[in-house]
Amino acid sequence: MTSDLRYHLAGTGIFLRAFLRRDRWLMLWYLLGIATLYWSQGYSVDGLYTSQAEFDRAAATMGDNPAFIAMAGPARALNTTGGQVAWQASAFGAILVGLMAMFVVGRHTRGEEEAGREELVRSGVVARTAPMTAALLAGVIASAVVGVGVSASLIGYGLPVAGGLALGVGVFGCGVAYAGVGLLAAQLTSTARATYGLTGAVIGVSYAVRAIGDVSGGFLSWLSPIGWYQGMHAYSGERWWPVLLLLALGAVAAVAAYAVFDRRDIGAGVWATRAGPGRAAPALLSGVGLAWRLQRSSVLWWSLGMFIGGVGYGSMGDDIETIMGDSEFSKDMFSLGGPSLLDSFYAVATLMLVLIAAGFTVSSALRPHSEEQAGRVESLLATGLSRTRWYLGHATVTVAGSLVVLLASGIGIGFGYALVTDDWSAVLRLTGATFAQLAGLFVLGALARLLGGVAPRWAYLAWVGVAFCYVVLMFGTLLKFPQWVIDLSPFTHLAAVPALPMSWQPFLLVLSVAVAMSLGGLVAFRRRDVH
Amino acid sequence: MEHVIEITGLVKTFGSVRALDHLDLEVHPGEVHGFLGPNGAGKSTTIRVLLGVLRADSGHVVLLGGDPWRQAAELHRRLAYVPGEVNLWPGLTGGEVIDLLGRLRGGLNEGRRAELLERFQLDPTKKGRAYSKGNRQKVALVAALSSDVELLLLDEPTAGLDPIMESQFQQCIDEFRDRGGTVLLSSHILAEVERLCDRVSILREGRVVECGTLAELRHLTRTSIHAELTSPPDGLGTHEGIHDFFAEGNRVDFDVDTELLGDVLAHLGGYGIRTLTSQPPTLEELFLRHYGDTVVAESQNHAEAGSG
Repeated sequence: MTSDLRYHLAGTGIFLRAFLRRDRWLMLWYLLGIATLYWSQGYSVDGLYTSQAEFDRAAATMGDNPAFIAMAGPARALNTTGGQVAWQASAFGAILVGLMAMFVVGRHTRGEEEAGREELVRSGVVARTAPMTAALLAGVIASAVVGVGVSASLIGYGLPVAGGLALGVGVFGCGVAYAGVGLLAAQLTSTARATYGLTGAVIGVSYAVRAIGDVSGGFLSWLSPIGWYQGMHAYSGERWWPVLLLLALGAVAAVAAYAVFDRRDIGAGVWATRAGPGRAAPALLSGVGLAWRLQRSSVLWWSLGMFIGGVGYGSMGDDIETIMGDSEFSKDMFSLGGPSLLDSFYAVATLMLVLIAAGFTVSSALRPHSEEQAGRVESLLATGLSRTRWYLGHATVTVAGSLVVLLASGIGIGFGYALVTDDWSAVLRLTGATFAQLAGLFVLGALARLLGGVAPRWAYLAWVGVAFCYVVLMFGTLLKFPQWVIDLSPFTHLAAVPALPMSWQPFLLVLSVAVAMSLGGLVAFRRRDVH
Repeated sequence: MEHVIEITGLVKTFGSVRALDHLDLEVHPGEVHGFLGPNGAGKSTTIRVLLGVLRADSGHVVLLGGDPWRQAAELHRRLAYVPGEVNLWPGLTGGEVIDLLGRLRGGLNEGRRAELLERFQLDPTKKGRAYSKGNRQKVALVAALSSDVELLLLDEPTAGLDPIMESQFQQCIDEFRDRGGTVLLSSHILAEVERLCDRVSILREGRVVECGTLAELRHLTRTSIHAELTSPPDGLGTHEGIHDFFAEGNRVDFDVDTELLGDVLAHLGGYGIRTLTSQPPTLEELFLRHYGDTVVAESQNHAEAGSG
């Protein structure tokens, strides 16, 4: 029995060490991101309300809002800091840890197999199952690290120990559950993309099922791993047994994955890849046509995500003044010069969404760069397609895609607001507010283009631009940055609609900066070697 | 127009590495020109300069009568390129890629597209991520060969093909030449070059060290002789032009400089010849003369003697 086990594990330790080494940055970022998510909820709630009476009022308002419950979870002990943390962070924490586990497991199993590297590795003295066992363990270990980080940050912040432990243990359980699901998906599908798609869909359905369950108060929440996690009642009379459901799900999915693995060939999935058209549609046959084809699914998914995010903000309706309280913190945060706190809130919410949409803009503007790195540009430029047309094709898609993604978020805010308040004119008003920030997005995209042209090795630094704008928006006035630093962010110059009226002159000025930077990138790109 | 490709003194450096060091190359209209050299000799770099993807540091490059850097897009309508490593878009099918590249080049020959898919047994409905290396190569070959162009730039185009597909490829190149096309074929598969090419340029460390028809190049190298003589071969081994001499009884094995072959045979007659076999140099031997470590010094002497 022992030698049998040893036979099945041969090489697992070597793989596990290699995987953990490869994943150490990914794990660190997820750890920091997720721990900060929980911790910052506590921090911001504590800064928001000046008295318990005010807190109680806000909690009552939130607890009565079905949109909030659908978004976050069942309302429990919302008038305590711990209750707020559990409520606002747990669903998103579960999603994030699930995504992390999915990426860790998926890239070392299906991803490696797809790249054809796994066959090479298998020819060494290793058990057939060693890579997948090591990948699963890596996912479990990464989840445990996140769990410890969450518990430590909350206990360290001074919240009750039992609740902090429950949130940490639960987030670990979610990671284990989705690592198992990811492992099974990697056996069923035949590409890494499809593995992520399937696991992501399971995570998405878990979230949606518990949303319906929580709002209707029915048993549906018990069909969702995220529901189980929230069923642990952190900070409101902890229950520990639901974590067993999470671990059991991970175990069952993993056992199924091993069973499927035994019955399939290396390189194949259970579900074959679908064939596509043998001829190209006429719309594909140009520089811009190809760029659109390569980016269209990204535009669609981002638009959908931003719309849902917008609905989330919008469905706070006009209860803002109660929820936000009137502490110095919230005044600082939302004082944009306008007379109305409501309008100020939506101006800030718009900016937050715009900065999330910058994720699309920058990754889309970096697409030419990643195409070049993948070696797919040379063959294109060896045809009648000129460098300029290829470049402008991608730029067109980035610009149009950014507009679509941004408008989707604006329509989302307006729609959510109108659902709660019945004020349907808000759709147009709040959509216009997002449009007012468009020129700033274009500057961030143009920065990626400029770097990609001038210093392709440093192109990914364009992300620093997004982070910079975010820091300026959140902390610029609070931490009293020098004015010239604040002025570096394009969003500083744009009118914060709807708190302030639209102002076209700065909009056009920022827009022309974006155009100039893009042209600079084009000129540099035309003059350099393509790799 | 004199030549399809005319390169003189081409220099290209990457940082401190000099990839091309005063390279000269001429490709005549209607010929299949073999571009030989091991990895890193500068074959791909030359082709990528010709494509206008890389910018030359110095030197003179004329492609189809134009400047490959300034007039890249318009010249590219008259040529097709097959890289050694084909990177396809994971989500596009092979058929879509063939149509895309063909259309961007200015249109493709529908009849030939269908015929080539058949000959290369390529399924055009598979997605890029599902193709093997050989099949990705076929996608690029079908895309290039189904266009009506004057020039093919092929950079180790058969790296992933099996022998049957390789012979299909050779037929396709013959047909392309019969239609009047010109080919620059970079390769390190010597049999392929021997079978297809009219003229050959051999690259070493960023320069062309040998150029000519196969017959001309053979003339510069050695022929192997195996003979059985009627008398002992005393003193034969020191005769001018004889190398790697080996004798066992009356049997001899040696290589001879091809230009001195007549001379040596006349001398050999003096010993009385019972049997004689001679083998012309293979391209492989030609090639090894430039790359085998033991013959490097010799070949440099030879080159100096030739130029002086």
